[in-house]
Amino acid sequence: MINFDFVDRRETIATAAFVCWHCDEPTCAQVCPADAIKKYEDGIVGSSLKPRCIACSNCVLACPFGIPKLVAPAEQMMKCDMCYDRTSVGKRPMCATVCPSQALAYVTPEAIAQTRREKPVNTFQFGSQTITTKVFMMAPAGVESISIDVADYTWEGENEAVPQAF
Amino acid sequence: MAKLPETLDALTEQFGPHLNYAMPEGPAEKLVKTHCCFCGQQCGIQLKVRDNRVIGFEPWEEFPFNRGMLCPKGVKRYMQDSHPDRLLEPLMRTADGFRKATWEEGLDFTARRLRELQEKYGRDAVAVYGGASLTTEKAYLLGKFARVALGTRHIDYNGRLCMVSAGTAYKGALGVDRAPNPWSDIPKAEVLFAIGANIGECAPITTDYVWRARDNGAKLIVADPRFTPIARNTDLYLPVRPGTDLALLMAMLHVIVRDGLTDADFIAAHTTGFEKTAESVAPWTPQRAAAVTGVPPDAIERAAHLIGESRRVMIMHARGLEHQSKGVENCEAVVAIALATGNIGREGAGCVMITGQGNGQGGREHGQKCDQLPGQRSITDPAARAHVASVWGISPDEIPGPGYSAVEIMNAIHTGEIKGLLSICFNPLVSLPDAGFTREALERLEFFGVIDFFLSETAMHADVVLAGSLQEEEEGVTANVEARVIHIQKAVDPPGHARADSAIICDLAERLGRGRYFRFREPREIFEELREASRGGLADYYGITYERIDAEKGVFWPCPSLDHPGTPRLFEEGRFFHEDGKAHFMKLAWRESGDPVDEQFPIYLTTGRVVSQYLSGAQTRRIGALVDQYPEPKVELHPKLAEKHGIRNGDRLTVTTRRSSVTLEAMVVRTVRPDTVFIPYHWPGKRSANLLTHRTIDPRSKIPEFKVSACRLEKAGGAA
Repeated sequence: MINFDFVDRRETIATAAFVCWHCDEPTCAQVCPADAIKKYEDGIVGSSLKPRCIACSNCVLACPFGIPKLVAPAEQMMKCDMCYDRTSVGKRPMCATVCPSQALAYVTPEAIAQTRREKPVNTFQFGSQTITTKVFMMAPAGVESISIDVADYTWEGENEAVPQAF
Repeated sequence: MAKLPETLDALTEQFGPHLNYAMPEGPAEKLVKTHCCFCGQQCGIQLKVRDNRVIGFEPWEEFPFNRGMLCPKGVKRYMQDSHPDRLLEPLMRTADGFRKATWEEGLDFTARRLRELQEKYGRDAVAVYGGASLTTEKAYLLGKFARVALGTRHIDYNGRLCMVSAGTAYKGALGVDRAPNPWSDIPKAEVLFAIGANIGECAPITTDYVWRARDNGAKLIVADPRFTPIARNTDLYLPVRPGTDLALLMAMLHVIVRDGLTDADFIAAHTTGFEKTAESVAPWTPQRAAAVTGVPPDAIERAAHLIGESRRVMIMHARGLEHQSKGVENCEAVVAIALATGNIGREGAGCVMITGQGNGQGGREHGQKCDQLPGQRSITDPAARAHVASVWGISPDEIPGPGYSAVEIMNAIHTGEIKGLLSICFNPLVSLPDAGFTREALERLEFFGVIDFFLSETAMHADVVLAGSLQEEEEGVTANVEARVIHIQKAVDPPGHARADSAIICDLAERLGRGRYFRFREPREIFEELREASRGGLADYYGITYERIDAEKGVFWPCPSLDHPGTPRLFEEGRFFHEDGKAHFMKLAWRESGDPVDEQFPIYLTTGRVVSQYLSGAQTRRIGALVDQYPEPKVELHPKLAEKHGIRNGDRLTVTTRRSSVTLEAMVVRTVRPDTVFIPYHWPGKRSANLLTHRTIDPRSKIPEFKVSACRLEKAGGAA
């Protein structure tokens, strides 16, 4: 339930591992025609509910982060639910527990800001869509939000300021 | 005699490697707190057990070394249990394949053949191979078995392919073979220098320690021919040409001496021989080293200043330095830099080897090395022989002298000097250099017996295979990368008719007429004898008990008495382990690799690991998820080199050395030097990187030069 890949293996050894970001206003749930995706009281967005999911893939297509996956044998969308079985009994999610570099960590943003050089951010800009999330990304200090659309980095004229997040 | 009894395809069909994807379901009956078997970090892990089967894992967050963290090998390690390829009873070779045999048959035959060969050709005509993934009890038992039951001087182990260069250097310079600092020192360093250590892939948990140091403001310097995963978060990257680390280190020491960055008080009070070392680096200006290493002179200057100007430096090194025909000198140069700058024996200051194999540290301390007896004692030291002989209840004269190292044993099999081999926990056909030569040697054996849990590529050549046990099927101890002695718990019984390794070895001793020296009913009794045998030695375990390990979450040796707290950090206050209490600088001298590049073979070949595989892959090539992560070996090469040869990413590429050729898929990346190609070595047969490597060994440590061979490239026909 984690998306992991090299960013661009030819150019760099850098990798990226993404769990579900658990959006405050989850696009996946908004587009679900079967109302199968629920956001719980603690802010965690669950996998699709098996009795309701019609395996239509709307959520797979709509999620701006590309997180949900249609699991064919189960005929159901499944994604990270923050290891509900573990976190509900006081444990950390498995990914953050075993992560050998602690690139994935289960701590509060306030706590991690004390121990790391980078800064936790949870506001993402996808074109005109602004998304805030329960999961934070560690960004270089001084960055307020992270743009994911390449167009946000391109130079289109002398009067346009180019936000260089990285 | 020892040719394959059937075609490779038929053997593979029957014995694998098959990929295990089965995910056992249902709740666990119990959680067993033990350790991962796949590398020298020895991360704490809890195995889930039901119906005498390991069915999964839980992180063990209270274990201080890894605090629950694991790498993909650890997460999937349980998939080796209940594996369809497991050997469930002894196998005997027949004219047309292996047949199942009883234990009586298998053990009788093995003992009889070993004795026959010794009677016909002499005691030293049989050799024993051990392994550094064995528990310390098994390693100790095997050393005693070779010397007491067989009476051969030839026993060595696959740790000879791991960290013996560092061991030799540290023993010579510092008086003891051990990483001097606990890992908790790493986050306290101001400067970290990783050289020849692909920490992210080969010691994944250590990445967290490095990142914590970074978060505390530490500078990171990485020297490697490849831009390894930790290199992308570094202050200074030194792209050293394969086999030239010594020139880089000598030039750094040159700058440290030239610019007065040494710790003169420390050198005067705690060391000997500094002048001759300083003299030996005098000609090694950064300009000269730059021409040899391919690292810019100003980068060498900067690295030397970062290290020389700090008194909290940790230098971390691994196989990249050691797998060279001057591996010992490389490590001596590291130690020299640490000593010259006084960066040793303090919190956040020291040089540490990163041991690679599961029990890489513990497996080398108690007597399966050809030149050592238990307690890291020299086999040529009369006092050591007398002590160990008294523990074993034999005369010191009965202990044979030093034997051949692992590569030398294979050479002696090839020449016919050694006729019989008993091997456990070793897959030399994949892991030794020049695999074509290894295959020829195995085919010349008059008798080859193997103790193993899977039929490895090497075991396919055996006359008899005794079905042994996995790490989690027998209690014992290992020592992790920090020399923290930890407790391996037995989680399950061996399946089917497979048996505990130590019981197999004791039963063989019985059949060789030496059973009275091997009356061990369980590993605890072996450990009790080991404590006595190691007592007073460098690796003194006398004060360590299973109960203490459990209560204290590991005990660092030396631990000479039950009330001794153990020794997490060596050399505090500049006290070294030589008789004079001082550290000894070693004279450094440059020499070329044993397989130099020339016009015919103009490219450097270097080999190493990927994060999802372990050593020869005998275990990890059977675990589906790990194989999927990196299914086939690829040749990493730089776009510039690829362009020169008309090679695109995904093309088939033939790499040829003075030994052999291998054709693999090209992986075009900017993360490797343009004069170097890299191939991971975990695979057998035609995909084996070790078909290409050479058998040159370091004259002192006897480690092969895996990290530098000369090769040429050709685009191969056919689709990718």
